[in-house]
Amino acid sequence: MNGVDFLRRTMAIVWKDLLVEMRAKEMLLSVLVFAFMVLVVFSFAFNPVEHDLTDIFAGIMWVAFLFAGTLGLNRSFQSERQNGALQGLILAPVDRAAIFLGKFISNTIFMLAVELVLTPVFVILLNYRFGGSTPLLVAALVLGTVGFTAVGTFLAALASNTRASEVLLPVLLFPLLAPVIIGAVRATEAALAGKAAQAAEGFKLLGAFDVIFLALPFVLFEYMLES
Amino acid sequence: MLEAREVRKRVGQREILRGVSLRLLPGSVCALFGPNGAGKSTLLKVMSLLLRPTSGAVLWEGRPVAGRESEVRRRLGVVGHATFLYDSLSAEENLRFYGRLYGVADLARRVGEALELVGLEFFRREPAGTFSRGMQQRLAVARALLHRPAVLLLDEPFTGLDREGQARLAEILERFRVEGGACLLVSHDFDETLAVADRYAVLSRGQVVREGSCRGVVPAEVVRLYQEAVGGVVR
Repeated sequence: MNGVDFLRRTMAIVWKDLLVEMRAKEMLLSVLVFAFMVLVVFSFAFNPVEHDLTDIFAGIMWVAFLFAGTLGLNRSFQSERQNGALQGLILAPVDRAAIFLGKFISNTIFMLAVELVLTPVFVILLNYRFGGSTPLLVAALVLGTVGFTAVGTFLAALASNTRASEVLLPVLLFPLLAPVIIGAVRATEAALAGKAAQAAEGFKLLGAFDVIFLALPFVLFEYMLES
Repeated sequence: MLEAREVRKRVGQREILRGVSLRLLPGSVCALFGPNGAGKSTLLKVMSLLLRPTSGAVLWEGRPVAGRESEVRRRLGVVGHATFLYDSLSAEENLRFYGRLYGVADLARRVGEALELVGLEFFRREPAGTFSRGMQQRLAVARALLHRPAVLLLDEPFTGLDREGQARLAEILERFRVEGGACLLVSHDFDETLAVADRYAVLSRGQVVREGSCRGVVPAEVVRLYQEAVGGVVR
């Protein structure tokens, strides 16, 4: 399979995932509602009117995104399990890496869409006075999300073969995600404070993990789908 | 064309296939019979490259498929127990998606032809999830035929089909055979299957215990041979 065919098939999977989600709206709605609920709980717990949440704002954001995102990752393989569609994908003459990449891209698009909607809501509900750099914040969110969905897509596919996938996915995912979470929170904190040099340090850490977590599934996905 | 040679498949402690050899010939429909648990669906999964055999090999045109799975997959059309369809996509969108995965040329025209072939042309924009079991099965057949495969592997393809659907599928398989295609048809229904098959094989406890031609042989005779081979009663 040449590069053009590989990309065509990858984009066919992305097109299909976006279309399925546009019709069902199951994943986006559940992720949005869940992240919003987490945010509401934090706003009650910390009382943003009386306390300055500057130091923990980035942490709260990522906790909400990661918990909600895990829910979304689980759902992303629901449509593949229905009617044995995953078998249909495996039977097709498609490079396994293209299947991984297609699912990874669609999950990243969904997560970024959720973050785009929720970040302004976070700022308002947590009474946060944003004085940082928007491009740096966007970069931190994108790099953190890429790391999360790269590992998450791979593990969600693995967990989808089990009966207790909803339980198994977070158990497998969060220990592996530790470096991404640390890097993402640090980079986001620095971006929110407008500290470009510190943010760059976080980006380096995130970038390195993103490359590793994207490269590994490319090699391992084939073996994971084999029986 | 496609061949299983001395295929063994072990899952846990259980050996489901115990040295199965079966060759699919061009211009031939082979019916595969066997009692529940004989390993029919497992054999079909191995031959469709969905499962890797524990030992033995699957061959394409005389050579092992290992290392050229993608090329072989392009030539196979599979209808399994599940339909492999996305409920929220329309019939047309489902086929368009699979057509892209198989790199089908002139996709819009080919999707129309496939839907017409199975009699779903008036339901092309309806979501597959709203279809009856029989209509979903028709769409699954259209999906398997979309990329003009050289080999069809069908697991209980008549499931859920009404009389018209059964007759249509029989006609499709006959045309496929005449045009030089090879087909493996797994079924429990002797009458429906023998109406389209020209060869048969009986699988029992993971082994092919009988095979032969069924051209000009009445179904009752094949049933008798089947009973003799597996030692059971056919209802």
